[in-house]
Amino acid sequence: MNYRWNWGILLQDPYFGWLWSGLGWTVLIGLASWALALLVGTVAGIARTLPSRLVRALATIYVELFRNIPPLVQLFLWFFVFPELLPDELGLWVKRDLPFPEFTTSAVGIGLFMGARVAEQVSAAIRAVSLRLMPAALATGLRPLQAYRFILLPLGLRAIIGPLTSELLITIKISSLALTIGVLEITAQSRHVENYTFQGFEAFSVATAVYLLLGLAATVVMRGIARQIKPL
Amino acid sequence: MNDFDVTVIRQNWQFLAEGLALSALLVAVSVLGGVVLGALLALSRLSRLPLLPALVAGYVTVMRTLPLVLVLFWFYFLGPFLLGHPIGSLTAALIAFVLFEAAFYCEIIRAGIQSVRPGQAQAALATGMTHAQAMRLVVLPTALRAMVPLLLNQVIIVFQDTSLVYVVTLRDFMTAASIIASRDSRPIEMYSLVALVYLAICFTASRLVAALWKPAPR
Amino acid sequence: MITITQVCKSYGTTQVLRNCTAAVGLGEVVVVCGPSGSGKSTLIKCVNGLEPFDTGTITVDGISVGDRRTDLPSLRRQIGMVFQNFELYPHMTAQQNVSLAQIHVLGRSRKEADQRSEYLLARVGLADKLASRPGQLSGGQQQRVSIARALALDPKAMLFDEPTSALDPEMVSEVLDVMQALAQDGMTMMVVTHEMGFAQRVADRVLFMNEGKILEDTPKTDFFTAPTTDRARQFLTKVLRH
Repeated sequence: MNYRWNWGILLQDPYFGWLWSGLGWTVLIGLASWALALLVGTVAGIARTLPSRLVRALATIYVELFRNIPPLVQLFLWFFVFPELLPDELGLWVKRDLPFPEFTTSAVGIGLFMGARVAEQVSAAIRAVSLRLMPAALATGLRPLQAYRFILLPLGLRAIIGPLTSELLITIKISSLALTIGVLEITAQSRHVENYTFQGFEAFSVATAVYLLLGLAATVVMRGIARQIKPL
Repeated sequence: MNDFDVTVIRQNWQFLAEGLALSALLVAVSVLGGVVLGALLALSRLSRLPLLPALVAGYVTVMRTLPLVLVLFWFYFLGPFLLGHPIGSLTAALIAFVLFEAAFYCEIIRAGIQSVRPGQAQAALATGMTHAQAMRLVVLPTALRAMVPLLLNQVIIVFQDTSLVYVVTLRDFMTAASIIASRDSRPIEMYSLVALVYLAICFTASRLVAALWKPAPR
Repeated sequence: MITITQVCKSYGTTQVLRNCTAAVGLGEVVVVCGPSGSGKSTLIKCVNGLEPFDTGTITVDGISVGDRRTDLPSLRRQIGMVFQNFELYPHMTAQQNVSLAQIHVLGRSRKEADQRSEYLLARVGLADKLASRPGQLSGGQQQRVSIARALALDPKAMLFDEPTSALDPEMVSEVLDVMQALAQDGMTMMVVTHEMGFAQRVADRVLFMNEGKILEDTPKTDFFTAPTTDRARQFLTKVLRH
């Protein structure tokens, strides 16, 4: 089968604009969902290590629920099912007046899915540190809350930079799922370009390059943060 | 809020069952192909041949950074070029899955082999074994014990990953449910069903794996 | 039996072995001691080719270890090695550990190998532990199994890399006793150890290493009564004080 190369087509209107906007949406979804994931994941992760059985159970339910349902299914649940379950006025508002509904739903859905993963990493890191240092901290008369504040959390967070980097990379990857509910992020746009121009190789290469570069950027940033925190 | 109507599930159970069967097929082929290819990749990466480890490392990095959706699109596009003739959706998806998951299995296997203390290999070599014998008789058996829970957990992840064939409209369980959801306007029932089924299967499976490997022999 | 001539080795920019020269004669017991990081373990691992070295020569029973044409697996059949961390294979019983190399390297039948393993394990005092796995054995027992494993190939010489350093104090003597018995039976031995008592009782000669160099190479009594270098003197006073 023959293939006619045409890299120049990527720079033509409207394809260039499509790809640029796709990149923008990918970055936005990535950032928004990562922010949510960090927030929710840290809280849930810490909750899973607290002495209260109720708190631990709630956090565990969150984690197990959101880890065992595929992210695609979760997105669909948020987009199609959730508005129907809300009381009438709220449901109506979500369906009609929510700004950027597809984007928001994607950010929330992906953020909560990744949050469960982040929670696992956070609780594992805290548990690892606490196994070593909680007895020592308590022996010096610190209360559990103080031990958390001064020792477990700071050390746990340092331990976690590496695993968090890989979770960030996964978040960037999964932003692609937003295309299933209509967000035209970079993967969707590259397919869009392929559909119109049949220059699949070029189009998909752009998307590939975007993900590789974003991954590289994310790794570099996280490593920079690690270097700031590392010197204990 | 609409009434929850279970009849739509009952009426379409055959369609859904066929979807689940396809999901199962996707998982089976992806795991088998992924493990075999992953093992080859892992051994290549650990070998001392000149260029091979770097090539494999590059491949693994790319496959782990790209979204599965994009990989699916790539192989739908590339498939005909690579094989010289048009290929069906299922074949393209299977190729994509095997090549994608192999990267993850490669890393699990490689980490498992490297987790075996170098002293073990040295002890084997010191008794006059060749590298191949040391690997086969000492390193790999120990590595396998460490790897199995991770390999099995990856199967659960593969099962979740197969839901993505939605984007290329292959009729797996998820896609089947979504077809009914839009055709009969019953998204709540359908997607709740999908969520429940995945939840039940994945949760049980991961608990089973954790239970089976807790009493680790040393 | 073992000759080491002008051996040098570097890890990157650090030189770990500097012009080491020594020899172990047939039936001799040579103890290698010195502070941590002096290169003792590295040196002994070069003797059976587990560690490569940059320059110099090492020969075992006339065969050059560094020569690229030498078949290292065959060479290693002639030398047994005992490691600091025992390194028993966790997925096999004690008997299987000792039999494995006999079957796959020497080509003995399983029955032959198991019989020999039984004999060797009895010789190190573990006749009743044939079917035990490493996880069920104490450190001292594991190390004795590892000595039996090294003896299984009927080696001409034995290398010991800090065999008692990972053991609880009360188990050290059971291992040293086995090593002493081996020496009395005429085995050629090169032993890296901190156990100066063992050196005093069993060694013929003592090598003292510091920072990659062999500073002392003297008969045992001379080493303990009148070491020639200051560094060795310093080491001895600290070690023997306990």
